Amino acid sequence: MGNEERLNFEAPIVELEKKIEDLKSFAESEKIDCEEELSMLYLKLEAVAKNVYASLTPWQKVQIARHPQRPYSRDYIDYLFEDFVEMRGDKKFSDDPALVCGFGKIDGKTFAIVGHQKGRDIKEKMACHFGCAHPEGYRKAWRLMKLAEKMKVPIITFIDTPGAYPGISAEERGQSEAIAANIMGMTTLRTPSMAIIIGEGGSGGALGIGLTDIVAIMENSYYSVISPEGCAAILWRDKDKASEAASALKIMSKDLLDMGIVDDIIQEPRGGAHRNFKKAAENIKASIFKYTHICENVAIETLLDRRYKKYRQMGQFHESPMLKDVN
Amino acid sequence: MPWFLRPKKSIKNLELKRKSLPDGLWSRCDGCYETVFNKVLRENFMVCPSCEHHLTLSAWQRVSLLMDKDSFEEHDSDLESVDLLGFKGVKSYKDKLRDEQKKTGLKDAILTGIGKIDGREVSFCVTDARFIMGSMGVVVGEKIARAVDRSIERKVPLIIVSGSGGGARMYEGINSLMQLAKTSAAISKLNQAGQLYISVLTNPTMAGIMASFASLGDITIAEPKALIGFTGPRVIEQTIKQKLPEGFQSSEFLLEHGFLDEVVARGQMKDYLSKVISLF
Ligand SMILES: [Zn+2]
Repeated sequence: MGNEERLNFEAPIVELEKKIEDLKSFAESEKIDCEEELSMLYLKLEAVAKNVYASLTPWQKVQIARHPQRPYSRDYIDYLFEDFVEMRGDKKFSDDPALVCGFGKIDGKTFAIVGHQKGRDIKEKMACHFGCAHPEGYRKAWRLMKLAEKMKVPIITFIDTPGAYPGISAEERGQSEAIAANIMGMTTLRTPSMAIIIGEGGSGGALGIGLTDIVAIMENSYYSVISPEGCAAILWRDKDKASEAASALKIMSKDLLDMGIVDDIIQEPRGGAHRNFKKAAENIKASIFKYTHICENVAIETLLDRRYKKYRQMGQFHESPMLKDVN
Repeated sequence: MPWFLRPKKSIKNLELKRKSLPDGLWSRCDGCYETVFNKVLRENFMVCPSCEHHLTLSAWQRVSLLMDKDSFEEHDSDLESVDLLGFKGVKSYKDKLRDEQKKTGLKDAILTGIGKIDGREVSFCVTDARFIMGSMGVVVGEKIARAVDRSIERKVPLIIVSGSGGGARMYEGINSLMQLAKTSAAISKLNQAGQLYISVLTNPTMAGIMASFASLGDITIAEPKALIGFTGPRVIEQTIKQKLPEGFQSSEFLLEHGFLDEVVARGQMKDYLSKVISLF
């Protein structure tokens, strides 16, 4: 794990890790026994790491969600699904690599998969617009979801986007229409669906593949109506207040579970999914099986009815019949 | 001298002139920078008499423009937003709500109810851009969903007039985003029930509102020169680091790109709607 990029708040951990490494190489070169000192340092490291990761602020978790080495959709797809067949293009305008679509199997069972892709190297990042999809991406995702409905296979979506692409071409080709059509269409798709927020859940761009029977979120991911920076710029008129905005917006996994926005939190290895990719991927796999199994054991009409009610009831408001005539 | 005979003046002179005018009698048109008598503007449904620029219309003004006289009956007027997040920004959400309510006389950014257009009943919704930019929180989402239900129950067409620069309401966080899901799910029920939905877009209709119910009309029309789109022009300019072309994201731009059925001036709006609902 030595060549991983570490975040600012991980400094105390990195410092101890370095001490341990230094001591180890010192003991080796000088051929002396430092076992006792080493085990003391390991204990200390464990205590410090536990403390740091247990008290992460929302803004620090956003940094983990955006970590350059965080696993992306393609990483999970490659690891989890066999016989993956990718679908490309919306058959109307073009393809969009920012949304990966296809079918694949886990333990012999076929799933439809849609996922935002941010891009690992600079070339892929540019092609994917850093995970910001164009209308053709959303329309391609819709094509896949209709095929999933027809072939009666469950849909899994991996959400990881800062937001839908903000640009001239996206507006010309109807970004809002593409997202709205998906949101509405997903309410009546006659097949079980599950969304997993694996990194950034950026507003409409996330919901465009996110209206599903089950929504799970990975522990250090976030889901928000606006980026913390965007909110800070508008409400505080200061982009540097993103940390305050991240707290105020209640965008972390536990907040979302408490508010009933997500159905479950998928645990991550300590420090984030990038610290132990296989463990993170296995947790996702278990969650996929658990929930698609539950959904598939419900009659489709019941499932559709539950899905409708779930979203119809989102959010609370105040209603006082006593005041009805005052207005 | 009547307004239409006065020579065009520079903005600076108008600013000077405005200062000497009593407040609340005159307004300056954003289109031609002429000062116009407020009374004239109101009688003209806030369309500038010299350049036909469409100024912001309040929700109740929109009702009088489009609904038959005394036909509109408001529903769900008692719904009020709650501070779901305990939002603490520069101003608390509670204070913000109270201020906006005082300013507009509305409980939230939307008016919904049943009214008539040339004798035909419709389920009618209109957002009010003056209330936190007409943004959609839980109350706006809920009132639209209920208006859709009414449309289905009464078997009457649905008309939603949108106007929101903010789209979703930040103060309600993710709950606000979920209203995109709520309203879109409701409209999909309307489609199953076979009821007509006409979406009317006014200046500005952006972001979350445009990425949900406003884009889902069977017939979609807009007032002239309204700003309509997903991402706000300033954010796009910052992203691509260049100026946007004139008229980008205008009603006329959307018409040209195939996302509108028609651009309809305010004065012809009622006749247009009446004609469409008479077809089915
Ligand atoms: Zn004018």
